[in-house]
Amino acid sequence: MDTLTRRKFLLASGVTGAAALAVGASTVGWREIAGRATADPLPADANVLVLVTLYGGNDGLGTVVPYADGAYHDARPDLAYGEDEVLALDDQLGLNPAMKGFKSLWDAKRLAIVRGVGYPKPDHSHFRSMDIWQSGSPDHPANTGWIGRWLDATRPDPLRVVSVGATLPPLAVGTKAAGVALPLTEFAAPTGPIGAGVRQLAAADPADPPSQAMAARATGTLLSATAAFGPPLDAASGSSDHTDDPSAGGQSGLGRQLEIVSRCVKAGAPTQVYAVSLGGFDTHADEKGTQSRLLGELDSAVTGFLADMDKDARGSKVVVAIYSEFGRRVAANASQGTDHGTAGPLLVAGHPVRGGFYGDQPSLTSLDAGDLKVTTDFRSVYGTLLEQVLDTEAGRVLDGTRPTLDFL
Amino acid sequence: MEVSLLLRRTGFGTTGPEIEAATGRGYEPTVEALLNPGPDPGVTATPPPDLSGEPARPPGPDDKQARATYAKQLRSRSAALTLWWLDRMVRAEQPLVERLTFTWHGHWATSVQKVRSPAMMLRQNETLRSLGRGDFRELARAMARDPALLVWLDGQKNKKGRPNENLARELMELFTLGVGHYSETDVREAARALTGWRVDRAHATAAPVPGGHDDSSKTVLGVTGDLDDRSLVDLLTARPESAAFVATRLWTRHGSAALPADTLRRLVAAYGPGRDVTALLRALFLDPAFRADRSSLVASPVEYVVGVLRALHVPVPRDGRPGRALLGTLNALGQVPFRPPSVGGWPSGIAWLSTAATKERLTFAGAVARKADLDPVARSKDRPEAAAYLLGVDTWTDRTLAALKDAAADPVRLVTLALVSPEYLVR
Repeated sequence: MDTLTRRKFLLASGVTGAAALAVGASTVGWREIAGRATADPLPADANVLVLVTLYGGNDGLGTVVPYADGAYHDARPDLAYGEDEVLALDDQLGLNPAMKGFKSLWDAKRLAIVRGVGYPKPDHSHFRSMDIWQSGSPDHPANTGWIGRWLDATRPDPLRVVSVGATLPPLAVGTKAAGVALPLTEFAAPTGPIGAGVRQLAAADPADPPSQAMAARATGTLLSATAAFGPPLDAASGSSDHTDDPSAGGQSGLGRQLEIVSRCVKAGAPTQVYAVSLGGFDTHADEKGTQSRLLGELDSAVTGFLADMDKDARGSKVVVAIYSEFGRRVAANASQGTDHGTAGPLLVAGHPVRGGFYGDQPSLTSLDAGDLKVTTDFRSVYGTLLEQVLDTEAGRVLDGTRPTLDFL
Repeated sequence: MEVSLLLRRTGFGTTGPEIEAATGRGYEPTVEALLNPGPDPGVTATPPPDLSGEPARPPGPDDKQARATYAKQLRSRSAALTLWWLDRMVRAEQPLVERLTFTWHGHWATSVQKVRSPAMMLRQNETLRSLGRGDFRELARAMARDPALLVWLDGQKNKKGRPNENLARELMELFTLGVGHYSETDVREAARALTGWRVDRAHATAAPVPGGHDDSSKTVLGVTGDLDDRSLVDLLTARPESAAFVATRLWTRHGSAALPADTLRRLVAAYGPGRDVTALLRALFLDPAFRADRSSLVASPVEYVVGVLRALHVPVPRDGRPGRALLGTLNALGQVPFRPPSVGGWPSGIAWLSTAATKERLTFAGAVARKADLDPVARSKDRPEAAAYLLGVDTWTDRTLAALKDAAADPVRLVTLALVSPEYLVR
């Protein structure tokens, strides 16, 4: 199967993430992380990148609000925030009212807002656009993620990239290695006679067809990846009846995911890149309430995490970058929501960050079929993160590099 | 061996006696029997739950008591619906109908989490079951007006003047054509074609809004006219890309990992201008690439859990703590019917081989083995072989055989290990 067909196939069957396992990705537990944190900790002066993926297409105009622009109010009479509501950043733009913590970061000059971020020929499919962001390759399909290629290009050690949650996002998949998925709940390895039996089943057998061999290996990982490091985390709390629209994927409980990242960083885990996510941003209808609740969750989770990091020596090296697969249409639809759009703001926060605006604010009147025109290529942001946070020349990971930005 | 593979991929696991019967009948006659199910006592014994009398949604956010009561009713009705379907899957004597209904559920992936109406979810389930083996266009026509799907993708909020594109986009991208076979303009035009529907929650129905449909001219994929939901679906399902898309989807769930080009051609030819799903499935099951495959599909959590309960004759608990525990198992494994994680449906294949899932399967397998009547294994002189017969496993590898022999003194342990073995998990 050629690359394009394979990619379409993966998309069509909803198994994009599964490509990860083909190159030997696995889940790990605290023991493995803790063991490595002791034996081979991350050097104290190493930077750490935390990528926050917002699934569903976060509405950029409801995040960094052009409150002073009449065209904004005209396009969204029922959705627009007024001057008295936003957390003003200057006389044109303000943050969503739910983002009080980000406003404090802005005031402390630790929040960079990169405006109008996207890629050429925007795709309006959730799955495809997310694939482009995670592969970092808008021009041609790629079966690897941009962080996975960073692993390939530097040192292909899976533990250098940790994704919190049950499955590994495509961004963490390389050719030589893939990151690891760290589950939210801890579990104990089976013991006694049944444990002995499971141990036997984990062995490879020459008669195993490939998938069967992988099943045996997964059983083996259970045995190597369990036992406790610190007190076990609470079981996933009842998110089963929350009302955010889950139709475009992503997880809930961002605060808990970042709590796990915090514990790893403090323990000296050998990890330089962490990936976490929040879903529910596909606000085709009744956007205002949903988005402000989600941005509130993002706000408390990220600013809480950074405050926690401030108390740790390694915290001054942590940079958080927040993106979504696209922004949304400028004009509201008739259901108090917005349809899939293009460019959006990308937020970067942390001690090393030089706060302020980067990139031009897209015009609300000069549109591309109702959508914002991209002013900043996302490879400029990736390039900056690669060079300034991960100390890697952007050209080794991205083809078609763009000028880097000054936010770090 | 190819007969046992056929049974595993058309049902929920299989058993030694089922394999023997099918082997006696022969491969082709077994395919025909699967595709032409007669009256099924297991289906008769599991009528759908009565979900009429949809509880009224609380008027506003202020009445906390009413909201809590509503949420509780929703949870219990939702659980009753899910446990009913699992029970139906376990008791159906000709499981292809339920297995295929589950495939279509993953295709038209809709979640009660947003729909918040188990009655509408049941209605959708019945549509997928009754139309899922005929002309794909009939299924797609019904789904474009399906109340649960309309709520899930904001179809009832798609209004003349300012359309909501959610349903139109996914109808093309995920349900009929696949990504890349339409333009952004097509999406916007298709959204206009789908305007003018509303959903009646109390009766779990959808109906046109008088005067609500945008009846001006639209152009989708080069076809111009006053398109509506019906004519839009007709033109989408008539596209050649649609046939390949449907064939690929069914192969992914029932065939194998890789789809050879000549197999795809044969599947599309069988599907034909009548978009015949049963003919496509017949071609799929008879295809040399299907018959030559070795174990390569990892059982999804629903296939796994239902398969274990079927093989060990352990009934599905329909309510109470045991019912909640079963749903908890599926939740921990990442696949609860009526709750797909996104409109893209569930993953397939090796994505199910996570460490957490391994642990969860072990716990579930142990609990079921303790409840089951394991006499057939206990009485046998060759207990590992008896377990293979019970679970419809063709052969144990030396690795697994050694583990089972070491556990042979304890039938519960032996069967538990057999149920978490790579041979049982990969079909």
